Amino acid sequence: MIHSLFLINSSGDIFLEKHWKSVVSRSVCDYFFEAQERATEAENVPPVIPTPHHYLLSVYRHKIFFVAVIQTEVPPLFVIEFLHRVVDTFQDYFGVCSEPVIKDNVVVVYEVLEEMLDNGFPLATESNILKELIKPPTILRTVVNTITGSTNVGDQLPTGQLSVVPWRRTGVKYTNNEAYFDVVEEIDAIIDKSGSTVTAEIQGVIDACVKLTGMPDLTLSFMNPRLLDDVSFHPCVRFKRWESERILSFIPPDGNFRLLSYHVSAQNLVAIPVYVKHSINFRDSSSLGRFEITVGPKQTMGKTIEGVIVTSQMPKGVLNMSLTPSQGTHTFDPVTKMLSWDVGKINPQKLPSLKGTTSLQAGASKPDENPTINLQFKIQQLAISGLKVNRLDMYGEKYKPFKGIKYMTKAGKFQVRT
Amino acid sequence: MTDSKYFTTTKKGEIFELKAELNSDKKEKKKEAVKKVIASMTVGKDVSALFPDVVNCMQTDNLELKKLVYLYLMNYAKSQPDMAIMAVNTFVKDCEDPNPLIRALAVRTMGCIRVDKITEYLCEPLRKCLKDEDPYVRKTAAVCVAKLHDINAQLVEDQGFLDTLKDLISDSNPMVVANAVAALSEIAESHPSSNLLDLNPQSINKLLTALNECTEWGQIFILDCLANYMPKDDREAQSICERVTPRLSHANSAVVLSAVKVLMKFMEMLSKDLDYYGTLLKKLAPPLVTLLSAEPELQYVALRNINLIVQKRPEILKHEMKVFFVKYNDPIYVKLEKLDIMIRLASQANIAQVLAELKEYATEVDVDFVRKAVRAIGRCAIKVEQSAERCVSTLLDLIQTKVNYVVQEAIVVIKDIFRKYPNKYESVIATLCENLDSLDEPEARAAMIWIVGEYAERIDNADELLESFLEGFHDESTQVQLQLLTAIVKLFLKKPTETQELVQQVLSLATQDSDNPDLRDRGYIYWRLLSTDPVAAKEVVLAEKPLISEETDLIEPTLLDELICYIGTLASVYHKPPSAFVEGGRGVVHKSLPPRTASSESTESPETAPAGAPSGDQPDVIPAQGDLLGDLLNLDLGPPVSGPPLAASSIQMGAVDLLGGGLDSLIGDTNFGVPPAAAAAPARLGAPISSGLSDLFDLTSGVGTLSGSYVAPKAVWLPAMKAKGLEISGTFTRQVGSISMDLQLTNKALQVMTDFAIQFNRNSFGLAPAAPLQVHAPLSPNQTVEISLPLNTVGSVMKMEPLNNLQVAVKNNIDVFYFSTLYPLHVLFVEDGKMDRQMFLATWKDIPNENEAQFQIRDCPLNTEAASGKLQSSNIFTIAKRNVEGQDMLYQSLKLTNGIWVLAELRIQPGNPSFMLSLKCRAPEVSQHVYQAYETILKN
Repeated sequence: MIHSLFLINSSGDIFLEKHWKSVVSRSVCDYFFEAQERATEAENVPPVIPTPHHYLLSVYRHKIFFVAVIQTEVPPLFVIEFLHRVVDTFQDYFGVCSEPVIKDNVVVVYEVLEEMLDNGFPLATESNILKELIKPPTILRTVVNTITGSTNVGDQLPTGQLSVVPWRRTGVKYTNNEAYFDVVEEIDAIIDKSGSTVTAEIQGVIDACVKLTGMPDLTLSFMNPRLLDDVSFHPCVRFKRWESERILSFIPPDGNFRLLSYHVSAQNLVAIPVYVKHSINFRDSSSLGRFEITVGPKQTMGKTIEGVIVTSQMPKGVLNMSLTPSQGTHTFDPVTKMLSWDVGKINPQKLPSLKGTTSLQAGASKPDENPTINLQFKIQQLAISGLKVNRLDMYGEKYKPFKGIKYMTKAGKFQVRT
Repeated sequence: MTDSKYFTTTKKGEIFELKAELNSDKKEKKKEAVKKVIASMTVGKDVSALFPDVVNCMQTDNLELKKLVYLYLMNYAKSQPDMAIMAVNTFVKDCEDPNPLIRALAVRTMGCIRVDKITEYLCEPLRKCLKDEDPYVRKTAAVCVAKLHDINAQLVEDQGFLDTLKDLISDSNPMVVANAVAALSEIAESHPSSNLLDLNPQSINKLLTALNECTEWGQIFILDCLANYMPKDDREAQSICERVTPRLSHANSAVVLSAVKVLMKFMEMLSKDLDYYGTLLKKLAPPLVTLLSAEPELQYVALRNINLIVQKRPEILKHEMKVFFVKYNDPIYVKLEKLDIMIRLASQANIAQVLAELKEYATEVDVDFVRKAVRAIGRCAIKVEQSAERCVSTLLDLIQTKVNYVVQEAIVVIKDIFRKYPNKYESVIATLCENLDSLDEPEARAAMIWIVGEYAERIDNADELLESFLEGFHDESTQVQLQLLTAIVKLFLKKPTETQELVQQVLSLATQDSDNPDLRDRGYIYWRLLSTDPVAAKEVVLAEKPLISEETDLIEPTLLDELICYIGTLASVYHKPPSAFVEGGRGVVHKSLPPRTASSESTESPETAPAGAPSGDQPDVIPAQGDLLGDLLNLDLGPPVSGPPLAASSIQMGAVDLLGGGLDSLIGDTNFGVPPAAAAAPARLGAPISSGLSDLFDLTSGVGTLSGSYVAPKAVWLPAMKAKGLEISGTFTRQVGSISMDLQLTNKALQVMTDFAIQFNRNSFGLAPAAPLQVHAPLSPNQTVEISLPLNTVGSVMKMEPLNNLQVAVKNNIDVFYFSTLYPLHVLFVEDGKMDRQMFLATWKDIPNENEAQFQIRDCPLNTEAASGKLQSSNIFTIAKRNVEGQDMLYQSLKLTNGIWVLAELRIQPGNPSFMLSLKCRAPEVSQHVYQAYETILKN
């Protein structure tokens, strides 16, 4: 099981260590540093590193490496999933997960880590339960604690811990009972030079914010449940009911949680809402190359595309770019060679474009590779797969809750090759 | 106010200051001080000097303070064991606390204090907590047993905690079940022999019920535990699969992958005609695809596993090629894995798409990735024959880009394509030659030189090209030098008139001016060949080369099967069995896929009993692949590039350590107290050379040995489909004191087989080939050859399971193959196995009664004399015969090659075809096999 955890910042300092079994010397991280040095970028450090006596499994998030040390054969996915859970928990507790924040809250971090694992076995990883055991720091609580001398460690056994619904605490009370669901779809796509789709898939999630009194039992049904053939559920969802009736039936956790994530990969179901017209060429350093990008909508079902940001990593040889956008702002970082164009909304009557010239460094030859264009965008009130919630019903409680459903489509890893 | 304030006091008297604060009367001040101590600890500062002061704060009602002190204790107790005792009382008291949270906390913390003296005090509270009314305490206590076991395993066993833990598997609370399983799995890992997790259908049912209700982490433990279970039939396998399938929709990827493991393993038992089998296959694809949309680290582990799954069951993901297409901002480790899987999934149907992608990747920025992509194009060409032409033209396009490393990589793979499809794409050579000057990497230069040499007759200026390389001969790397030497010799043999000068130049460069022994040797060999027999030289140098195939990068099937059992573990990330990398080889139990059921026995089921196998023993033998690979592959049986293979392998066999550490396993335990007559035997193992001699002498004293012992008919050991066309059947014989393995090799492939060699893994009786495997002529297709391979018993010894299991590796020019077989024990019965009468009586009494084993031999129509004669010819000697109450009692003895005596009493009632056999031996584990030998001999 998980032996120890080291938190390492991008400059290679270990700023926190936690051991759940015997203490493992921090010199074990030298193997990690070696790998870190070999990898050109932090993202490229391999997640599994063998050392003579241990294995180092790491995740890289928020510019921090979370390195777990294990000694025996442990499923690596288990460790990596757990590490991600640790990061999520920190984020949940402190709002952001960064080195200064962790250092500021080191004792809470330590207490939380101690609650999450026992001897390397996961103990409490649901944030609902953790928050009952160790209350997250708030300014108000710090003040109250200093006055009254009370602590932020709960002294009651978390109620949900052992019930049939471990994800929900008992005795929840609200004056306003509300249940909100967000259907968020991200399109991952690769579009080739000529504009045709190489791959496209939709990663969808339904995130919920449920604040309901008592033990409500909810059912959520869809207009077109057939779309969902590849789904992962929150443990609260009754799988049998889904299998037989295609209805989501569950007792929700209290607060925010991810009810469902799904995956639509059948090509014909994935509509591509934008297109990019591009003409990028480089010339030898003596003359200027031409550069032109136009972004336009297609298949948006009448909705507006907003929050469009175009980024592209230019080849090393590019010295500078002189460009004029028809709308929005653009930057080109001559050090990292990153071009970024914040477009904003797309107006179908007047398509946004970015035109200008590129110059190469003196003596640099024409670059071999073509830059790939990365696209971000948002479309409100649209689930691009066409998924629609039919109705939400509540059983088990008497009051009438307020219900709300929101749809949104975003670009995930949306790439256009040039 | 934040915790960072705890870091600010780095003054000299820090420890002193903290000490004062810890002893303060004010609660608040105390707590702040402890927090400072913890903060220092987390960043690795040594604050152990404060131990007594911190422990003094432990007796408090404040839960947070208590927890903080516990945190401190866990970290430093080991360095201050005597001080840690001070804490024991508080722990014991807390274990009685009315608040279950405190009870659990106490038992949890005690287990983390790795001090022997404390663990003794832990036992009583732990026992109580294991039976606590509150499941939260029980589940914490279950983990505590694992902790305690890690500190003091003996104590845990003596206190009977393991049994309590096993009982917890039937607990009413699913979390307790999950933690009990997790704890037992961890304990079992350090004790591979213990059958702690002996699962039966009832406990499986309990686990499956708990699976639905416990936490995600618990589900992982339970699924991993289920994967070790072997269902008794396909119906049970199917019902488990049905109950596990819902886990594929879990949000936690580790749960999904563990469920995939269970399904992949149990699927092996399902018949392919079953509707359910098809349904299951369809259900497996979506969750695997979903894993690829997770974080990159998760993707990496998933991809490594998918790589295995794709090799085992390509049908699952054959339509999902596109999800493996690379995004330009994927981390490099994900890119490389995706690329590898793309090639494995490439087929005629999707090759166009794959090639278009690969060409795209070849223009990316990352040099490593670009190289790999170019290589991938070559692999596609070799894998999908119809695409070869397209691949070559893609490669030519890439060469036109003139990007240096792309060109070099392309030339290296084109060389491979030439090897696979000779005389097909030579038209491109001209283009390749244009890029000669830009090649600066040894591998690319060597590849180009190989191409020039191989096709010298079609390249007009081949001599000029090669000469240009020769100018800087000494600056080249060895790889290039060797290739250049061979290429020029090839050129000379093809165009002798114009190139005599060139060849002399290179030969003198290689032999006289070089320090490299390989280069010199190769130079001399060519020189002598050319000067003595140019015709022979032509045959050697310009010999037809074997074709290369795409199989070279596949994982060997038996290893693959083992790895499938390890899906989701580190083994699956490394693609090595755990025995290959787990530290010290401790606790490695080999896993294997369940054998296919009879209903599905078809072409895919070579592991079921071949016809004629004796008494159905054969299918039980599941070779321990890891051992085979570990022991045999290290000896490098791989196809030797040059040099006579037979000589090479026989030398390697000699290198096997003859008296390896394995001796202690069987002989060591059993030889103590062996009667004097046998005392010579252990000595014999020390001096293996003498064994042949003593056998010869024994022959004179032996009676009726000349007829030789019973020989079983040949059985198929290695079916052709598992060995790329080589079928091996065989049997064991013992004649006049020597054992041999009679083999029949059949070539069912379409190509000639040569270079045979054989090697045995270490085995219980040290059986080893006494001579190399001699197959004189190459084995042409459909030809069969009979060989008798003499064996001796002086090889290394390692106890096998079953005892008479023999693992064999056979090599030929195509590959190395592994199989295992059971040898009948009677080939090991030596000719001097007749014991003196007195000695027999004394020994019989001397061996404790619990070592006696009783067997019944049914349906044996022989009378006493005939039976005795038959047994005698197989070296089972009758020492005395008595008639008691109408029954014939035969007292017999036999001796095994390693000096173990077996005494037997055979009771025969005239007219009754059932014989009673009692065996007594100091090594009772051989009895079962001796009985089988009896039965085989008597019934044939």
